[in-house]
Amino acid sequence: MSDIDTTRPESGSELAHHQEQSLDRFENPGLPPHIHRAADDDPAAGKRAEKQVATLFGLSMLATLVFMVAYFAIPDESTFYLPGVGLSKTQNVVLGLSMGFALFFIGIGAVHWAKTLMSDEEIVEERHPQRSDDRSRAAAVATVLDGGANAQLGRRPLILYSLTGALGLFALPFVLQIAGSLGPVNAPEELKENIWDLKNNDGKPIRLMRDPEMTPIKLSDVTNGSVFHVMPETLQKNIDENHGVLEAKAKAAVILIRLEPDLIKVQKQKDWGVDGVVAYSKICTHVGCAVGLYEQTTHHLLCPCHQSTFDLPDDCNVIFGPAKRPLPQLKITVDDAGYLVAPQGFMEPVGPSFWERSR
Amino acid sequence: MSTINDTRPAEALRDGDLGAEQERADVKPLGGIAGWLDDRTGGAKPTSHFLKKVFPDHWSFMLGEIAMYSMIICLLTGVFLTFWYVPSMTQVVYDGSYVPLQGITVSDAYRSTLNISFDIRGGLLIRQIHHWGALIFVVSVFVHMTRVFFTGAFRKPREINWVLGTLLSMLACIEGFAGYSLPDDLLSGTGIRAMNGFVQSIPVVGSYVSYFIFGGAFPGEAIIPRLYSVHVLLLPAVLVGVFTAHILFVVIHKHTQFPGPGRTNNNVVGYPLMPVYMAKAGGFFFIVFGIIALVSAVVSINPIWGYGPYDPSPITAGSQPDWYMGFADGALRLLPGFLEFQTFGFTWSMNIFPGSILLLPLMWGIIGVYPFVESWVTGDKREHHLLDRPRNAPTRAGIGVAGITAYTVLLFASGNDLMAIKLQLSINDLTQLFRLLFFVGPVIAFWLTKRICLSLQRADRQKVLHGRETGTIWRYPDGRFEEIHAPLSPFERWALVQHESPEPLRISAEADENGVASPLARVERVRAKLSHFYFSDRVAPPTPSELEAAHHHGDEVDESHLLTGQHEAIDTSETSDSSSTPRETIKADRKRLT
Repeated sequence: MSDIDTTRPESGSELAHHQEQSLDRFENPGLPPHIHRAADDDPAAGKRAEKQVATLFGLSMLATLVFMVAYFAIPDESTFYLPGVGLSKTQNVVLGLSMGFALFFIGIGAVHWAKTLMSDEEIVEERHPQRSDDRSRAAAVATVLDGGANAQLGRRPLILYSLTGALGLFALPFVLQIAGSLGPVNAPEELKENIWDLKNNDGKPIRLMRDPEMTPIKLSDVTNGSVFHVMPETLQKNIDENHGVLEAKAKAAVILIRLEPDLIKVQKQKDWGVDGVVAYSKICTHVGCAVGLYEQTTHHLLCPCHQSTFDLPDDCNVIFGPAKRPLPQLKITVDDAGYLVAPQGFMEPVGPSFWERSR
Repeated sequence: MSTINDTRPAEALRDGDLGAEQERADVKPLGGIAGWLDDRTGGAKPTSHFLKKVFPDHWSFMLGEIAMYSMIICLLTGVFLTFWYVPSMTQVVYDGSYVPLQGITVSDAYRSTLNISFDIRGGLLIRQIHHWGALIFVVSVFVHMTRVFFTGAFRKPREINWVLGTLLSMLACIEGFAGYSLPDDLLSGTGIRAMNGFVQSIPVVGSYVSYFIFGGAFPGEAIIPRLYSVHVLLLPAVLVGVFTAHILFVVIHKHTQFPGPGRTNNNVVGYPLMPVYMAKAGGFFFIVFGIIALVSAVVSINPIWGYGPYDPSPITAGSQPDWYMGFADGALRLLPGFLEFQTFGFTWSMNIFPGSILLLPLMWGIIGVYPFVESWVTGDKREHHLLDRPRNAPTRAGIGVAGITAYTVLLFASGNDLMAIKLQLSINDLTQLFRLLFFVGPVIAFWLTKRICLSLQRADRQKVLHGRETGTIWRYPDGRFEEIHAPLSPFERWALVQHESPEPLRISAEADENGVASPLARVERVRAKLSHFYFSDRVAPPTPSELEAAHHHGDEVDESHLLTGQHEAIDTSETSDSSSTPRETIKADRKRLT
């Protein structure tokens, strides 16, 4: 629509607008005649609208009053059965409904007022091109150039260059302070550490403990098809010191399952287990959720976050989903007292991939 | 181009206004507090100018208002929550009034959130209003964006505001993620756990970035306090700042309006801020707040006491993020594992990195640059203040729906486990289906949308040329039935005929006069191709001469009906070559269809 155009479709470009510059177009008929509402002409309708608006505002006040009373009257522990929702906290429902209605009726009242009583005659406001006119633009350019000349920027380039340098560099200390102080920097090494490593137990085999009871597990406890969530006994040190418990658990969580030994397809998997009892890291090799779902019929381990599926009898290889690597296996044996122990730590970093993982 | 009425009723209206105002100014001088303020600020002039500002009316303009109000509601309720929330991961023993968790070791953040829910009177209500408000905030931002997109409200001069809005929508999602992670419950903790995995997947620097963010090994004790300052200080400041600029631009540009009689590219037709929009928009704030409070009163959201405190070892089945992060989670579920590979011992987690870290800037980047791409393709550098009806920009509408389809496929993919359970389907089949749909769905959606838009345009044409169906059936003496069509009034007709329907750009000169190929030619060829893609299928708006022809034609049709029993021809262009404008594009289009 033409008259606001400051620039036409580029006429100088390689492309030409093949627009029908036809004059054969309908004309804008202008604003349609205004139709009066009931309250514009009929004083009774106006009075009625006034009463409706006042009633809505009154209902709002009433709801506020209910809120004030309910705040003190309803005991904290009171609950009731709300149809369609279930057992609900009385206080929450009553306070919420009264607050909601107090607000809602103000809004409805105001909108009703606007729609029935305030003028609905449409007003036309003109637009102007967003662009400044040529004189103002020229004046702006002149002001900037004059200012630059006044500051002798053009004549003394040394100042310009050194200022640019200083402004460019001054942010670095702030960046350095933030980046340098945010965290420790030995990330790749720490990511590979795990409290299953025997160095955390003076080189002795580490017992498998039930999570969260922290009691040792006998081989005979692990019946066919049963699943144990396991932590190393070295975690007890963290628990006692109340230090780094979750950080240790985030890498040490292990799942222990007994399979029929005949089902196991891989020799290493058999060798690292005891009579079909095998232990695998429970931390998904995708992004690190706990692989918590075990399907007993198919012997699949499923991660509930992104559905990576690991085939337990096939050394926990990925058979579906976004994970790439199998869950790392933890080698286990039985110690003299008959408890399950890990004679060596994990042979690879557990959990999600990272850049330096295989280095 | 169009011819807009030069006789604007506005002029006359405003003349009267001015006179009336001057009179009033004589009658009532500015005094009291307002006078005191004006003495010191000179605010009377801008205030009265602002109060007279005209806003056009349309239901879809409320979507942005809902976003604005729910953001304000979140700011208000958020302040309330900070009075009791403790952003600390120190492990403590829960001793509050929620019996099932008493004696359990939890983080201070989790304990304080439980206290807000159970021991602070009204605390649960405010928490739920905050969470519902946030959900509605993000929904309304997205729906507002689609409104702006499909109506072409992002065109010049509003491109900057589109980019600001794009930024706001991304920040809103990140703000939401930071917020729902704060209670440190098992569900949100699992989300942070996954986030750690995303960060670790960044090539070269992933491990370091993860250690920087978490202040050491996951989960550490730093992430909750850091997310807290991001959630209550950094992002709200940026959000409010960008939002203020967003609103300021609406004031500077004046609101767009839908085409209609009396509405032109050079005016705004609507109601003034004082008093109509004060009451309507102000009242609407209370309506939005009221409805969110009502929902929060009866519908429980994020019941963290049911999830338990965060612990890396246990997990709940069906772990989903809040809905606005669902698309990224869905992308992760769809990316196959074989994309991870190693070179020289370094691990490239291309099964994680593209769907998590890369997806967000990529998606919002594409959204943000769209206006610039479209204006380059169309070569249209004019200001646009009249909105497009979505059907009148079929290719844009198709692109928009294709994008929404891709997004929706990802969103649904993040619920593949729940769907598999509820619908008794195989999760593997569902995932494969979503993988396929992600690529095929947008193509089908684009084609369908474009066809629907073109059909709607044809229906508009038909309505203009042959009138609106009255529902009155006449029976003729010969037994023939016919529905009577009533001609449209000029007011009814205008919205259907006012739009432009550009034709594709054509290359006018591949080489200059000396036969040297223009260096621009290659770029321009791409542009011409894209322009062809945008505009080759087009339905031109009816013209007065076509209407004239149709009336004339209508008389003839009466005869032909008797002979052949055919219904009226849809397109006059096929039968009346006497029509003054060339209609070859329509014909080409129709040929391809058959």
